[in-house]
Amino acid sequence: MFVNFFLELRQAKVPVSIKEYLALMEGMDKGVSDYSVDDFYYLSRAILVKDERNLDKFDKVFGHIFKGLEAVPGDGVAAEIPEEWLRKLAEKLLTEEEKAQIEALGGWEKLMETLKKRLEEQQKRHQGGSKWIGTAGTSPFGAHGFNPEGVRIGQDKNREGRAVKVWDKREYKNLDDTVEIGTRNIKIALRRLRKFAREGAEVELDMPDTIRSTARNAGYLDIKMVPERRNKVKLLILFDIGGSMDAHIRVCEELFSAARSEFKHLEFFYFHNCLYEKLWKDNRRRHVDTFSTAQLLHTYPADYKVLFVGDASMSPYEIAYPGGSVEHWNEESGQTWIQRVADTYRSMVWLNPVPERHWSYTPSIQLLQQLSSNRMFPLTLGGLDSAMKELNK
Amino acid sequence: MKFTGTDSYVASDDLRVAVNAAIALQRPLLIKGEPGTGKTVLAHEVAKALKAPIIEWHIKSTTKAQQGLYEYDAVSRLRDSQLGDERVKDIANYIKKGKLWEGFTSTERPVLLIDEIDKADIEFPNDLLLELDRMEFYVYETQQVIKAEQRPIVMITSNNEKELPDAFLRRCFFHYIRFPDRETMTQIVDVHFPDLQRNLLREALNVFYDIREVPGLKKKPSTSELLDWLKLLMVEDMSPDALRSKDSKQLIPPLHGALLKNEQDVHLFERLAFMARREQRQ
Ligand SMILES: Nc1ncnc2c1ncn2[C@@H]1O[C@H](COP(=O)(O)OP(=O)(O)O)[C@@H](O)[C@H]1O
Ligand SMILES: [Mg+2]
Repeated sequence: MFVNFFLELRQAKVPVSIKEYLALMEGMDKGVSDYSVDDFYYLSRAILVKDERNLDKFDKVFGHIFKGLEAVPGDGVAAEIPEEWLRKLAEKLLTEEEKAQIEALGGWEKLMETLKKRLEEQQKRHQGGSKWIGTAGTSPFGAHGFNPEGVRIGQDKNREGRAVKVWDKREYKNLDDTVEIGTRNIKIALRRLRKFAREGAEVELDMPDTIRSTARNAGYLDIKMVPERRNKVKLLILFDIGGSMDAHIRVCEELFSAARSEFKHLEFFYFHNCLYEKLWKDNRRRHVDTFSTAQLLHTYPADYKVLFVGDASMSPYEIAYPGGSVEHWNEESGQTWIQRVADTYRSMVWLNPVPERHWSYTPSIQLLQQLSSNRMFPLTLGGLDSAMKELNK
Repeated sequence: MKFTGTDSYVASDDLRVAVNAAIALQRPLLIKGEPGTGKTVLAHEVAKALKAPIIEWHIKSTTKAQQGLYEYDAVSRLRDSQLGDERVKDIANYIKKGKLWEGFTSTERPVLLIDEIDKADIEFPNDLLLELDRMEFYVYETQQVIKAEQRPIVMITSNNEKELPDAFLRRCFFHYIRFPDRETMTQIVDVHFPDLQRNLLREALNVFYDIREVPGLKKKPSTSELLDWLKLLMVEDMSPDALRSKDSKQLIPPLHGALLKNEQDVHLFERLAFMARREQRQ
């Protein structure tokens, strides 16, 4: 089950490598934790998970893998992990020869696969019996066989009969970055944006000031340093406002208005539902104070990066046809305008607050996804990351 | 050498396991969690429990990895040379030891706290990889190798302002301090104010956890704010009844300034209280 544990962690996209695996073995070897299920859970969590966003995935996998192993009647919560086997495996893995063998087997992943298969075979071969016997000699892990008893990790007497296991509580659920951005993680989202905005605040020599100060200092050197100017990225944010966006507006606005101070060149424009020939900067004055989209394309050079924020949820007519807008008569279709933006700015993404799983049910989202050459990302921490990555290309 | 918490610090089981794993396997321990959840204090408590000296390196946005090793003050040397100072002959006079140097050469195995690593530049953690791995570095100017006799217990905190590089994370053990639940919080309060009235604590915790649930707060009050607030409540000799607001017009808890540090949050809170009151009236 230990092998499955690793495989499943990796399948669940918790990045674990042989390094962590060996560390866990070492930890068990050194007796860092008591051999209780909880401690084993804590230890493996501390070693295998490096990011709170993965804690929930870890809990799910842990619960899944160690399920069924716990139900030892009368003993409360207990799991059986063949410690002896783990230890031998670890010892073997640690030798140079073994490492070479792993390589020969095609690396870690391959090894895990083989190991899994081998165990399955053994299980079949010895069906019915309680012993799993290794095929000593040829296999790098079979030599020590499989300890049928294992070591009962757990049987934590004090906690007998406890109903909910720690990992089953799923206490880290809201740290998973595939959930939509809400008040809880908006700060983190902001920091991602900030990270994107910042490209290392280096200190550099301030030549003019050094010369001036040195002269004033009667020729004795007086070196002056200045922090390098931050964020060179030029960003153009086009923001859908009103209508179906109302539900998301607070989160979006909070996010991007706060991001504003981080960028030296950041321009912010609003549109409604779809981009047409006019935009506006101040939503309260949207009917008086408009800015023509054509002018926008001429004002901001092509090295600006364009970020659309909108739910892209509307009738497809609003995108595809002249006159499709629900608010006014548009001479040219929204599609035409979006295409112009895409043609002008090489770097462009669309962030969508609608959960990604709903996208395929909304034709307008698919349409805009196409128009943005599949550069639409959900407004989740993960989506934000991908979007920033795209913009940084 | 096992850390089991102290009489002034409540360490949950999972935290204890993580700390001990980091000590035993000599890996840096990365601690994350909301501000005020005891990350910085933890390093001090571990040092206290193990009777180890603590070396603190507080990171700022301008901190460079090299500063943790040593700094060569070329500018002073240049000045001294112009002034004809004798010290200028020996370059060692201009080498300033950093915190890692201190940690590596400490006579006792120290706890080395790298506090708020996320404040620094994104590359900062990467620049320390080798030194933290090998626990040694080379001083070019004086051609010496500074090598740790005993590996310091390295504890690193982050408030999550920046993503930390993968290569760095792979070398660390990790613990995320979850915000304490009521039970744990009661224990934490107990170590700080053992004489606090039970009723007052119960009511205060009700208010505290309610406030944390208010949507849209810029900064949720955390352990440190709760402790500050409780202290004030005690000083003012507040009665538990004053905190029991469910029935009354009193929807803003007394001395709430200690809990909400941010003006916007106070406004938000007052507005919500106002609206709730109006609803009650209807
Ligand atoms: N588990 C705990 N046990 C005792 N005191 C705690 C605990 N967690 C937090 N505190 C108290 O909360 C305050 C904030 O802790 P601090 O370490 O500064 O937080 P952080 O570094 O996470 O921002 C300190 O006064 C500390 O004593
Ligand atoms: Mg701190």
